[in-house]
Amino acid sequence: MELHSHIPSGPLERKWDSHKANLKLVNPANKRKFSVIVVGTGLAGASAAATLAELGYNVTAITYHDSPRRAHSIAAQGGINAAKNYQNDGDSVWRLFYDTIKGGDFRSREANVYRLSEVSANIIDQCVAQGVPFAREYGGYLANRSFGGAQVSRTFYARGQTGQQLLLGAYQALSRQIGLGKVKMLNRKDMMDVVVVDGKARGVVIRDMRTGVIETVMGDAVVLATGGYGNVFYLSTNAKASNVTATFRAYKKGAAFANPCFTQIHPTCIPQSGDYQSKLTLMSESLRNDGRIWVPKNHGDHRAPGDIPEQDRDYYLERKYPSFGNLSPRDIASRAAKEACDDGRGVGPGGKGVYLDFSDAINRLGAKVIEDRYGNLFEMYERITGENPYEVPMRIYPAVHYTMGGLWVDYNLMSNIPGLFVLGEANFSDHGANRLGASALMQGLADGYFVIPYTIGGYFAKGGLSSVSSDTPEARQAVEQAAAKVQALLQINGKRTSQSFHRALGKIMWDKCGMARNAQGLQEALQEIPALREEFWSNLTLPGSGEQLNQSLDHASRVADFMEFAELMVRDALQREESCGGHFREEYQTEDGEALRNDADFAYVAAWGYGGEGAAPTLHREPLEFENVELATRSYK
Amino acid sequence: MKLRLHIWRQAGPSDQGMMKTYDLDNVSEHMSFLEMLDVLNEQLSERGEEPVAFEHDCREGICGSCGMVINGRPHGPLPRTTACQLHMRTFKDGDEIYIEPWRARAFPVIRDLVVDRSSFDRIIQSGGYVSVNTGNAQDGNTLPIPKVAADKAMDAAACIGCGACVAACPNSSAMLFTSAKAGHLSMLPQGQAERYSRSENMVLTMDAEGFGACSNHYECEAACPKGISADFIARLNRDFVKASLGTSA
Repeated sequence: MELHSHIPSGPLERKWDSHKANLKLVNPANKRKFSVIVVGTGLAGASAAATLAELGYNVTAITYHDSPRRAHSIAAQGGINAAKNYQNDGDSVWRLFYDTIKGGDFRSREANVYRLSEVSANIIDQCVAQGVPFAREYGGYLANRSFGGAQVSRTFYARGQTGQQLLLGAYQALSRQIGLGKVKMLNRKDMMDVVVVDGKARGVVIRDMRTGVIETVMGDAVVLATGGYGNVFYLSTNAKASNVTATFRAYKKGAAFANPCFTQIHPTCIPQSGDYQSKLTLMSESLRNDGRIWVPKNHGDHRAPGDIPEQDRDYYLERKYPSFGNLSPRDIASRAAKEACDDGRGVGPGGKGVYLDFSDAINRLGAKVIEDRYGNLFEMYERITGENPYEVPMRIYPAVHYTMGGLWVDYNLMSNIPGLFVLGEANFSDHGANRLGASALMQGLADGYFVIPYTIGGYFAKGGLSSVSSDTPEARQAVEQAAAKVQALLQINGKRTSQSFHRALGKIMWDKCGMARNAQGLQEALQEIPALREEFWSNLTLPGSGEQLNQSLDHASRVADFMEFAELMVRDALQREESCGGHFREEYQTEDGEALRNDADFAYVAAWGYGGEGAAPTLHREPLEFENVELATRSYK
Repeated sequence: MKLRLHIWRQAGPSDQGMMKTYDLDNVSEHMSFLEMLDVLNEQLSERGEEPVAFEHDCREGICGSCGMVINGRPHGPLPRTTACQLHMRTFKDGDEIYIEPWRARAFPVIRDLVVDRSSFDRIIQSGGYVSVNTGNAQDGNTLPIPKVAADKAMDAAACIGCGACVAACPNSSAMLFTSAKAGHLSMLPQGQAERYSRSENMVLTMDAEGFGACSNHYECEAACPKGISADFIARLNRDFVKASLGTSA
């Protein structure tokens, strides 16, 4: 496997412009001769599908939801970053770039991150033009707030529903193209595989979730915008259907999977309440603008939070990281919460929680201002917990939220399989070992609106794409394999449900490959996962048939892929003998418990190649070169 | 707590369907309504019976996937709360709960509690957007929008497209949904150029999809989990009349 990042030469701030100038173009009349398959209709997929159709390409968009508007991008609450410097507080493209590289603990590519930062401002303009109702100041100008890991105010937002509004903007643009007949929209179709012909991605296998019919969609390029794999942990803030199947199947067809162990644990989620728990709910990072995080200073202090006086409270983030305080980056805030709870000072049932307290802000600003800023989040908290956060502090605990790892892509967002492009959370490209808040929406839309429309043209203009049909042996074989997988699942006739297996897998991953990892635990996981997988394939119960809507089958098919993928994650965590960002190896920490990075040996992207059934995957290393920023120990003190 | 559930079971679009009764024990008050159904489905699966199909995804009240009529009310008894955000502390030991799908001609049942809401997508495809291609935008701050207008637009834009408004309406009208999208865009300067053609096209598509007309029951507003105001219907009606009388220019 050869991995070329194809990063353009020249100075950092000229790379994207000169790359665009050098990319070959497809004549407008010829664009309609190329067909593009876009899988996933979240921010990255919907924006890509709409924009490619506007340019004149034939686009087929695929989602497993009943409507493209349901994708999980919709749940992002807090906001989207952009280097607009509207606040006159010293922001710039360079500063957003630097914050993102540093926030990612120096494990991402300079050139990709710089481009992301450059196009961030265009995203806001585009969304405003679509009618996205961003928050405004009284003068009518766009409002901003602050997010973790930044000392400027560059986050644009629409109440606590920014992801929803941005997704609806992209969905509207996509709907316009569907209405115009430029995009063929396929709802309720689960992608089962990628079809590779002559070494190029030429189609996908889809299963109709209503009828069970399995078929191929063929085209000239495949764009995967299928999100992250946080649900490998079972409990996460991801939507229930989010899964790894599309990217993992591409991996098994030869695409490299990069940095799978880089997962983000979000510090502010509502703690688990029982073993029936089906998912965890995030409380937006924006709450840390006004909320103060604390635990009791003394062990065994079980007084009600309001009865604990100031001197008996430990505002540990403010104490440990005075310059960023409650707005420390996510990985750091999560680990600090774990540390406090492991120390026996956690609050709530099982001691798995810390307080997020708004009483200071309410006293300073009044409850009305707090309601204006976070009203819907406070309501959501009360609906779930039955407690009123205006009166008692919220209880929060870290939870799996986002995965920085994903399919390896070059500067054009193309994987090592020609014609297979990967956008948004599904690729690995921009966030290194830790993503800063309000940067996922930025990346999804950057990739879809402003990167792929250019780079896919460069791919097509090279030529060499003969026509292929669903009758090619590769397509027929992929369909047969997908059908065989479904049949195999339906024929096990065991006793244990896919939900139960998924929970068991999640527990292994959280315990052994979660917020903190060590070699011994990872080695144990490498024994436990295959054993569980074996039980899955011999003891799964799956009621119903494959010829009608069968949600158990949809789920089991995804869990089957998680079972294999989990092992890859663990291997990656094991080989990375350093701590960086969201990847914390207990063996590698400083005396005061901070992550200890090892740039001499691990400043690389770990890209894994599939080795075949039963064989170990192979590790390829793409060295990360830092020509513009100095590798520094990340400090938020 | 112990519950008796009466749930609509329908194997497929052409099946007749019927209510079936299930007893469920050991329900915790901290469970969400959907987690309660998860527990039931686990038990059914372990017994080899087919679980109840219901739509859900984010379970945070924002994706709009979940939707079922609970004791006669879309999304259940709590105001401004989706089914996934409804928790069992709202119910008490010994309760009987009736669970049905959205019932509307334009939302045919696919299976059990899952209905086909693609008619909503087709309403949006007929005009629920601003016709702007990627790359044409000017700087966002060159278009100041009064905070009041932006807030009002956001009130309308908060719609999650769940379909509770249709399920609640005695006419199965989709006017609250349609007017929320049209209102979101007509409140903003970006939406003015297509304001009247948009209103006309969306309403005509709504009619063609088989939704009923609005006759001012306001059940939609009461059922809406996002609290969208029926005022937007009045606004859409005004724009629609202007568009059809040709007085909008």
